[in-house]
Amino acid sequence: MSTNISRRDFSKLLATGVAGASLGLFGGVGTAFAAKYRVVVIGGGFGGASTARYLKKLDPALSVTLVEPKAAYVTCPFSNWVLGGLRTMPQITRNYAKLSGRYGINVVPDSAVAIDPVKGTVTLKGGRVLGYDRLVVSPGIDFKWSAIAGYSQELSESKMPHAYQAGAQTVLLQQQLHAMNDGGTVLICPPANPFRCPPGPYERASLVAHYLKQHKPKSKVIILDPKEKFSKQGLFTKGWQRLYPGMIEWRGPAAGGKLISVDGSSMSVKTDLGDVKAEVINIIPPQKAGSIAFTAGLTDETGWCPVNPLSFESTIHKNIHVIGDACKAGAMPKSGFAASSQGKVTAAAIIRLLKGQEPVQPSLVNTCYSLIGTDYGVSVAGVYQLSPTGIIDIPGAGGLTPIDASDDQLAQEAMFAESWYNNIVRDIWG
Amino acid sequence: MPSMLKMLLTAGLVASMSVAVAAKGFASAKAKAGGVAKVDPRGQVLSLSCSGCHGPDGKSSGVIPSFNGKSPEYIEAALKEFKSGERVSTVMGRHAKGYTDGEIHLIAEYLGTVGKKTK
Ligand SMILES: Cc1cc2nc3c(=O)[nH]c(=O)nc-3n(C[C@H](O)[C@H](O)[C@H](O)COP(=O)(O)OP(=O)(O)OC[C@H]3O[C@@H](n4cnc5c(N)ncnc54)[C@H](O)[C@@H]3O)c2cc1C
Ligand code: HEC
Repeated sequence: MSTNISRRDFSKLLATGVAGASLGLFGGVGTAFAAKYRVVVIGGGFGGASTARYLKKLDPALSVTLVEPKAAYVTCPFSNWVLGGLRTMPQITRNYAKLSGRYGINVVPDSAVAIDPVKGTVTLKGGRVLGYDRLVVSPGIDFKWSAIAGYSQELSESKMPHAYQAGAQTVLLQQQLHAMNDGGTVLICPPANPFRCPPGPYERASLVAHYLKQHKPKSKVIILDPKEKFSKQGLFTKGWQRLYPGMIEWRGPAAGGKLISVDGSSMSVKTDLGDVKAEVINIIPPQKAGSIAFTAGLTDETGWCPVNPLSFESTIHKNIHVIGDACKAGAMPKSGFAASSQGKVTAAAIIRLLKGQEPVQPSLVNTCYSLIGTDYGVSVAGVYQLSPTGIIDIPGAGGLTPIDASDDQLAQEAMFAESWYNNIVRDIWG
Repeated sequence: MPSMLKMLLTAGLVASMSVAVAAKGFASAKAKAGGVAKVDPRGQVLSLSCSGCHGPDGKSSGVIPSFNGKSPEYIEAALKEFKSGERVSTVMGRHAKGYTDGEIHLIAEYLGTVGKKTK
């Protein structure tokens, strides 16, 4: 873990945090004062859009620019619900009209191609150069295409989708599920840790089985997993036995779960226990921070971005904050909820930093709901604190839906999952 | 955790709680004078995550209850009951256990008053 803070720094951090809190009493939001400051946010996903929205909400006088190339953002959360036939693509698509129209954020439809941390500028693909006092980088993930022999971006776009960035990839996987024959096999191949949305592949297996059970009941889902265990394993396994008996098979590393290579022409994958053929093959490759984080030199040897957990400021470049999937956030998983929680805390920290105050100690939270069947929802929650080793779970808080939860509780969690989605997307995109 | 750190953490909590008390007096004095109420920065930061489930400003759409418009006393009592398990919940108990009673007080104070007005 490289979010290690020395014990001395940590005490200093706490001490200044306290001093900062008392300073804050008398340093109110000065409108004229704040108007001078420009904050630029790269990426309009869960992390970036949350930061932009909350910067304006907490201090309307700030100048906030959000750089995002896509006019329509399709959320990964609930994209598995689309595969299950429970949502449509338009229902999981957001846009930036309210952020720019109602909330006064300057939304620039372009991509950032370079960052100059010394001059404090961002260069856009279209040629514009934006100056900033503070920069927030939330570019999400990129894939390590060469990590699996035979796999490539081209293959993901033709025959073996990852569907781990929602949009055209989700549609391709859905079309393949619709086209396959009853009695066919769907392979889902998740990566080793860490990766975006740890329960995502297993929710996917559940909702693909939900679709198959209704339309192609002789079919099977096989998960080839390089991991010994996975997120909410007990809850998923129990749910699969109850709702989809015999349909979902999980193979860990000892049972041939590790991929050696894939082959698009024969629609098969090679493992140490032989080849597996399938009609639908969903490869979720290993991941790294979005490419702009590399271009800007914000990553370390792990391929992710080290940050100071108090403010999510990069430990490599000053005045640049990295949040969401791209950053190293200790015990927090790479989730949309976590990215949004980090985005809001970062907004509050930036406002204090611009006023010359220390950020107050953040409160970070995550909850990932997963749907196993229509009336069958489970969740994992975490509330976090800072420690000398970075962000850690608060002992006694958070945790899983109880393994012996009643049918009523599971049905309630399924409804709460739906309400969570509607509320978080309004909280972020308006 | 080394005991020195523990001490610091406790000290931090006590300090920020006394700040909160001071802030309360300050805020009402300011409010009377027609100024902008001052916000304890910790109350605000602790409350930021709630809207991820309860919707912006605690106005929920769907079955998660809204807390917008609820008094600080109501929110504080609810969070403490979720924390102790006295009130049965699917997920709120797991969240409420992450906050000290002092922090719950700051959250309730922020969401029940300031959070509503500064909308
Ligand atoms: C199948 C699936 C299901 C999931 N379900 C859940 C769930 O139920 N709950 C949950 O909390 N999380 C879930 N997640 C995880 C969640 O989607 C991610 O953790 C979240 O999107 C991370 O937010 P982010 O801001 O880091 O990145 P993203 O949301 O990916 O946003 C990054 C944005 O940055 C833009 N961008 C990239 N580079 C540039 C550049 N150079 N210039 C400008 N813009 C740029 C991209 O276009 C993109 O819009 C799921 C993920 C998957 C794949
Ligand atoms: C993961 C989603 C989630 C998060 C995060 C969350 N809540 Fe809740 N909240 C719920 C749900 C769901 C309920 C209904 C009880 C249950 O089943 O847990 C609820 C119930 C409540 C209630 C009771 C409302 C009433 O009408 O009596 C209050 C008050 C409340 N939450 C406040 C908060 C506060 C304050 C926070 C932030 C510290 C918060 N919640 C964070 C999901 C959440």
